[in-house]
Amino acid sequence: MKVVRHIAVNVFKESVRDKVLYNLVVFAVLLISTSYLLGQLTAGQDMKIIKDLGLASISIFGLLIAVFIGIGLVWKEVEKRSIYALLSKPMGRGEFILGKYCGLVLTLLINVGIMTIAYYAVLAYLGWTADPATRTSWPASPTDPAMLEAIALIIVELMLVTAIALFFSTFSSPFLSAMLTPGLWDIGHFNDDLRNLGAVTGSPAAASVARGLYYVLPNFSAFDVKAQVVHGQAVPLSYVGLTSLYGLTYLALVVLGAATIFARRDFK
Amino acid sequence: MDAIRTEALTKHYTSGFWRPRPYLALDALTLQVGQGEVFGFLGPNGAGKTTTLKLLMQLIYPTSGRAEILGKPVGDVGVKQRIGYLPEQPYFYDYLTAEELLEYFAAIFGYAPAERRARASKLLDEVGIGAERRLQLRKFSKGMLQRVGVAQALINDPEIVFLDEPMSGLDPLGRREIRHLILRLRDRGCTVFFSSHVLGDAEALCSRVAILVNGHLATAGRLSEMLAFQVRGWELVVSGLTEAALQKARALGHVTGAAPLGESRYALELPLTPPPERILAELMAQGARLVSLNPLRDTLEDFFVRHVSGDARARPSTSLGAGGPEPS
Ligand SMILES: Nc1ncnc2c1ncn2[C@@H]1O[C@H](COP(=O)(O)OP(=O)(O)O)[C@@H](O)[C@H]1O
Ligand SMILES: [Mg+2]
Repeated sequence: MKVVRHIAVNVFKESVRDKVLYNLVVFAVLLISTSYLLGQLTAGQDMKIIKDLGLASISIFGLLIAVFIGIGLVWKEVEKRSIYALLSKPMGRGEFILGKYCGLVLTLLINVGIMTIAYYAVLAYLGWTADPATRTSWPASPTDPAMLEAIALIIVELMLVTAIALFFSTFSSPFLSAMLTPGLWDIGHFNDDLRNLGAVTGSPAAASVARGLYYVLPNFSAFDVKAQVVHGQAVPLSYVGLTSLYGLTYLALVVLGAATIFARRDFK
Repeated sequence: MDAIRTEALTKHYTSGFWRPRPYLALDALTLQVGQGEVFGFLGPNGAGKTTTLKLLMQLIYPTSGRAEILGKPVGDVGVKQRIGYLPEQPYFYDYLTAEELLEYFAAIFGYAPAERRARASKLLDEVGIGAERRLQLRKFSKGMLQRVGVAQALINDPEIVFLDEPMSGLDPLGRREIRHLILRLRDRGCTVFFSSHVLGDAEALCSRVAILVNGHLATAGRLSEMLAFQVRGWELVVSGLTEAALQKARALGHVTGAAPLGESRYALELPLTPPPERILAELMAQGARLVSLNPLRDTLEDFFVRHVSGDARARPSTSLGAGGPEPS
């Protein structure tokens, strides 16, 4: 399992030396800071919007990082043939996949961590500078720790997206993966509609297909508790726990699938 | 126990998207390589050498047949701990320096950080990568990448190294260095299995060779014992040879061919018997002077040309055995 760690660290090294990533992080931090400007303009009235915008930024930029690095991760090694020397070293192909995945998750965690710190810094500053009158109108404290629940779920969601990107990357080109991964993300967000689709059409066949898809496709909307958190509504910890468990189980299966496909591949 | 053993190892590639047709890249290769041998795996481009090496590294799976390294099926992680592999035209991570790459691979083998650094630095010295080792590999030329590739194949002091065209992309000096390196590996008791399309590489290094043509094993054994590569005459270059002396030698059957090179120089073709020393003595007695004497034998290229006739892959496989090819 040490091999997994070494591969993961190397993935992280690659992403650090990849300037694209810096651009993404800088851009995300900028966007989060923009909410500070927004806060100045509205004199802190729209704390909810600011919080919402920040969380959305973390989620979107995390998604971009997950997809952009994830889809090329394995494909690039195969395409450029750097995998030949690597796989001749003492490791199984499963360890290779797991190492790549862990490296990507590590990269993601560090990036989301940076974005979270920027987010809380901006909110803390806004809270500190706002006048007491506006402060009383806020449903929750600007640095409400409940937002960490939303961020935790965003992280699990991004880990799942990463697993899906990696899965596609083990057998298809980045171009195809770039279409498939966000495609699945979209469908996953409208998953609830799938369940209702059957009821709407009234056809039992369509209903069961839709129902099947509902259970098979990842239900990304479950991870989205931004609205509750921003409005200061409590999200039970048990919900966060169970949803994380769902996400972790799902991503474990996806990574296992990726490893299974990868294990039988010919590298030409 | 053999270092390497393959049994009827076969690989089909399917080509054509709409009407996939199998394409025989390697046809029932059966081969044994003993421990401590330097084994040359020869063949023209497209013969199936890289395919075989990739099968041995389990980068591709065989259509049928088996392959073992050190008595274990290929892909065994314990065996991988004891072998090294240089891929054909190696490519490594752009964003790492040569040093970091070797340390990364050393880490995978489980060496401690200090040991990783020591091994990386020793091997980079050995393959002649100097201060460039601190540069990212994206700045490396093809020949330098080849050297890094050789270094990474040796990072674990392997018992067997597999080198796919180790000389390619190198200048004459580099080729000589790799030759010396292979000989040093042999002296350490390391088994070396290398592919090449150049006979000279093999002649200088190998205990045994296998020659692959169009996916078939054409012959295997000691180069010196291969019929195709035995001396079948001599080329003698002399100066000061008179027309009369030449006619006389021709009449005796001591000279089977003569090409004038100008200024009374001739390139003569001599038969295997009588021995060239005797013929040379006769000619010198008549005033000729020796310029050079060389054995005449097939080159690997001649061998390939004779075997690459028609679309051999479309025909059923014909095994020529170790006795060498039929006379042509
Ligand atoms: N991925 C592939 N798909 C189809 N054909 C291939 C593939 N790789 C190699 N080949 C074919 O298999 C044959 C053997 O190739 P290779 O093993 O690379 O030869 P060598 O290394 O001896 O030059 C060649 O004719 C080559 O065109
Ligand atoms: Mg080749």
